[in-house]
Amino acid sequence: MSEQGIGKRVVRKEDQRFLTGKGHYTDDLQRIRQTHAYFLRSPHAHAKIARIDTKAAQSAPGVVAVFTGADTAAAKVGSLICGWVVKDKHGEPHKAPPHPALAVDTVRHVGDTVAMVIAETEAQAKDAAEKIVVDYQELPAVINPAKALDKGAAQLHAEAPGNLCYDWELGDRAAVDAAFAKAAHVTKIDLVNNRLIPNAMEPRAAAAEYDAGSGQYTLWTTSQNPHVTRLVLSAFVLGIPEHKLRVIAPDVGGGFGSKIFIYAEETLLTWASAKVNRPIKWTAERNESFVSDAHGRDHVTHAELAMDKDGKFLALKVDTIANMGAYLSTFATAVPTYLYGTLLAGQYTTPAIHVNVRSVFTNTAPVDAYRGAGRPEATFVLERIVEQAAREMKIDKAELRRRNFIATDAYPYQTPVALAYDSGNYAGALKKALEMADYDGFEKRRADSKAKGKLRGIGLSAYIEACGLAPSAVVGSLGAGVGQWESAQVRFNPTGNVQVYTGSHSHGQGHETTFAQLVSTQLGVPLDQVEVIHGDTASVPFGMGTYGSRSLAVGGSAIVKACDKIIAKGKKIAAHMLEASAADIEFKNGVFSIAGTDKQVPLGGVVFSAYVPHNYPLNEVEPGMDENAFYDPANFTYPAGVHICEIEIDPDTGVSTIAKFTAVDDFGNLVNPMIVEGQVHGGIGQGIGQALLEHGVYDEKSGQLLTGSYMDYTMPRADDLPSFDVGYQVTPCPHNPLGVKGCGEAGAIAAPAAVMNAIHDALAPVGVKSIDMPATSSRVWQAIQRANTKMAAE
Amino acid sequence: MSVSVSMKVNGKTATGNVEPRTLLVQFIREHLGLTGTHVGCDTSQCGACVVHVDGKSIKSCTMLALRADGADVSTIEGLAKDGTLHPMQEAFREHHGLQCGFCTPGMVMSAIDLVKRHNYKLDEKTVRHGLEGNLCRCTGYHNIVKAVLAGAEAMQAKGV
Repeated sequence: MSEQGIGKRVVRKEDQRFLTGKGHYTDDLQRIRQTHAYFLRSPHAHAKIARIDTKAAQSAPGVVAVFTGADTAAAKVGSLICGWVVKDKHGEPHKAPPHPALAVDTVRHVGDTVAMVIAETEAQAKDAAEKIVVDYQELPAVINPAKALDKGAAQLHAEAPGNLCYDWELGDRAAVDAAFAKAAHVTKIDLVNNRLIPNAMEPRAAAAEYDAGSGQYTLWTTSQNPHVTRLVLSAFVLGIPEHKLRVIAPDVGGGFGSKIFIYAEETLLTWASAKVNRPIKWTAERNESFVSDAHGRDHVTHAELAMDKDGKFLALKVDTIANMGAYLSTFATAVPTYLYGTLLAGQYTTPAIHVNVRSVFTNTAPVDAYRGAGRPEATFVLERIVEQAAREMKIDKAELRRRNFIATDAYPYQTPVALAYDSGNYAGALKKALEMADYDGFEKRRADSKAKGKLRGIGLSAYIEACGLAPSAVVGSLGAGVGQWESAQVRFNPTGNVQVYTGSHSHGQGHETTFAQLVSTQLGVPLDQVEVIHGDTASVPFGMGTYGSRSLAVGGSAIVKACDKIIAKGKKIAAHMLEASAADIEFKNGVFSIAGTDKQVPLGGVVFSAYVPHNYPLNEVEPGMDENAFYDPANFTYPAGVHICEIEIDPDTGVSTIAKFTAVDDFGNLVNPMIVEGQVHGGIGQGIGQALLEHGVYDEKSGQLLTGSYMDYTMPRADDLPSFDVGYQVTPCPHNPLGVKGCGEAGAIAAPAAVMNAIHDALAPVGVKSIDMPATSSRVWQAIQRANTKMAAE
Repeated sequence: MSVSVSMKVNGKTATGNVEPRTLLVQFIREHLGLTGTHVGCDTSQCGACVVHVDGKSIKSCTMLALRADGADVSTIEGLAKDGTLHPMQEAFREHHGLQCGFCTPGMVMSAIDLVKRHNYKLDEKTVRHGLEGNLCRCTGYHNIVKAVLAGAEAMQAKGV
C-alpha cells in the first residue's frame, strides 16, 4: 500500500492503453451513419464577402448539406463568447464585438470559417468545398499589434473604435512616479513576447450526434473542460437546454490551453447534427490547427525599474500592448490583465508597481491562454529587466535578487498588485539552484569556452505564478463569468472497489494515477481497486476542467473532501457494527477501530453493510457509500522557483547550445514526483522552444500565416533540447488539504527568461545589448555582426 | 473508383476496397479500425503515424495504401505478445516516456527501428538525432530519451 500512496513514483495506470494503441481519441470515433464535415476558410486576412455560391457544392457527390453564415444567422446561432469581462481604467467593460461561428459578411483573419460542407466521406466534403464560389472584396488589414492603435490603421470592428479592446491599468501610478523621481538608477527595457502556436500533437476534433427521440445532443470534443463547453453552448450560443446536451472529452492528445476554448467548429457540428439528423465528425488538418487554434503570447512591452544605489527595487512601471487577434476567444481578455499584471511583483518586495495594458484587435487568429497564460509574459518582463539591471549596476545577478526577495517569514505577503502570496522560500530555492548549476564555477567554464572561440552565458529566472484557479469570489469580483470550484464524487461499489468521478480533465497530466494515489492513501484501498473517471458530463456530476495548474490543488482537494465524507459516514456505520459510539471510532489504513481497543472492522466490511443493510443504523444513516464534494479554494496557490540556463554560442554560426538547464521548483507537497518531473520537463521544453525556435509569423502586408506548417514553424525536436536537472524546494501550501501548489505551467513560465538571460549574458561581452525571442541562430549571428560593425566604427 | 488492396497487418491478412488516393494510415485507421496509429500533421513531420512496413519504420501518412499491397505491416497494436508488452513499450511506461499518449505509438515504432538499425548500441545523442522525425509536445523528450536507451538494452537482453 505505502508503495502506491502519496509521494511515491507510481507508474501510470493510463499508460497500458496508450502504449498498446487502445486509447480512445475523438478522431477514432466511428458512429453509425456518420458524416464528415469540412470547413471552407478565408484565404484573406480581411475581406467583405460579396457573394457565396454553394449551388455546385450542394449537388456534388456525397454531399449531405452545405451551410453558410446566412444559414446560421437565420437560425439565430449565437455569437461565440468571451467569458471574462475586463473593465478598463474608466470602469467601462471591454469591447466585445460579435464572433459568428460562420462569417456573415466579413472575414477577419486567414482561416476564418466561411462555410461548412457535410458529406458522406471526408474526401467528398473536401472536394465539394472546392466548388464553393466566394466573391471576396479585400480590405486593408492590420497585423502587427504595435501598429493596431495607429491613426489610419485598418479597422476590424465597428464596436471597437481604433481596434482597442480595453485600456487597463493596475497599481498606484502616483507612488510609482514618486519613486522614480528619487531613484539612483533606472533600467529600461523593450521586449517582444513572441506569438506562439500551441500545437498539441492531437489536432482539434469533434463529433456531434442528435437523438430526435429524446431531443438529446451528444458532442465529443477535444476539450480540457467539457462541462464548461456544455455551459457555454447551452447558456450563450446554441440555447440547447443544459440537460439535453452531453459533452464528452475522451482521451485528448494534449491541450496546453488551446483546448480550453469553445470554438466555431464544435459549435457548428452540434447545431448541424440536428439539422441533418445524422452524426457528423470533423478533425482538423494540421494546417487548419495553425490558422484556427487560439494562439498564445504576442505582447509588445516597455518596462522601467527604479532602484536605489544598492540595487533595492523602488518601483516598476510596465506598458504593454497585447494582441487579441481578430475576435475574442473564450478567456482572452483575462490573460494579459489578471493573469499578467498581478504577477509583476514576482518574488520581490518592490513597493510600487504600475502596469498599463492596451489589448488590441488585429487580422490574425484569436490569441488566448497558452501554457502559463500571462504569467510567462510577466516573468519574462521582470526577470529580463532584473538581469539587465544587474549588468548595469554591476551587481551579481543572484545577489541582486537576494537583496530584493520577500523574506521567508513575511507570509501572507500582500503585493502592490492585488495578490496575497501564501507561502514560499525564494532564497532557499535560489541557493539550491545555484548549487545544482555550479554557479560559482561558471566563470571558469566561460573562460574555457572563450579559449575555444565560443561565447558562454548563464541566466537565471526566479519566477512566481498564481495558479490553482481560483477562489470564485475573487475572480468573480474581477469579471469572471464562472465559478472556479471543482467537484468530485467518490463511489464505492458493494464489492469494495472505488470509482472516483472528477471534473478535472486529464490530457496527459496523469490524473488517473495521481488521483488514485490520493484515494488509495486517504481510504486505504489498493491502487488497482481505484478507477478515476473524467471527461463526460453524463457521468461526472460537475466540473470546471483543467487549466491554470488547478487539477490537484482544486480537483484533488475536492476528492479529499469527498473521501472525508466517506470516512465520516463509515464511522457511524462502524460504530453500529462494533456497538460503540461514533466519537470513539478511528479510521486508519482502511480499518475502522474503537480507539484504544483491538475491536475493528475493515472499510470493505462497512461498505458491504452500507449496500446490504441488514444490520444497519437506518434511522441514523442512509444506505450506500457514495459521496459528492465541491471545493472552492480560499486563495490561489503560488508555485515559485528558480530556473538556470547555461548556454554556449558559436559566434561564427550563431548556433546556441544549451550546456545545462537546472530547475528548482516549489510546488508544495508532491503526490507523484515522477509525474511532476514530467510536467516540468514538458514545460521547460515549451519554454526553450519559445526562447530559441518558435514564432508564429504573419506577413504584415498580406496577413498570410507564414509559419503555417511544421515545415515553417519550428517545433522543438529531440535534438534541439538537452536533458534537464530538476530539484525541489518544498513549502506546503497552507490553505488546501494536500498542501499542493500545481506544477503544470512552471517550466513554460520560467524557462524563456532563463534562456534569454543566458543569451544576453553570453553576448554582452561582444557588445550585443538586446535580442528578441526566438533567438534563432540567424538572429544571434546578425546581432553579433551588427555589434561588430558598430564596435569597428567606434 | 475503388481498387482492391491486400496486405498482412500484425500477422493477419487484411483486404479492402479503397479509393486509389487512400493513404496507408487511412486504410489502417478507417478500414481496419486500428486507431492506435495517429495523424498529427499533413506534412510528414510529426511521426505520429509511424508503422513498420516490411520491417522498416515508415510514415504511413506518406504512403498510399496501394503501395503497401502485398507488404507485411505492423502497427502499435501488434507489438505486445500474449498480453506482455514489448520491451520498448515497457521502457516507456517505466520511465514515464509518455503523457497524452498521442505521439506514443509512432514514437515507440520509430524507437524500435532505431534500436535495430544501430544494432542495439545507442547513446543519448544518437537517440535524439534518430527521433528528429517524431514530435512530442508533452515530455520535452527527456524521459523519451531515457526510455529508448533503457528499451534498447532490454531488447538486446531479451533478444527481441
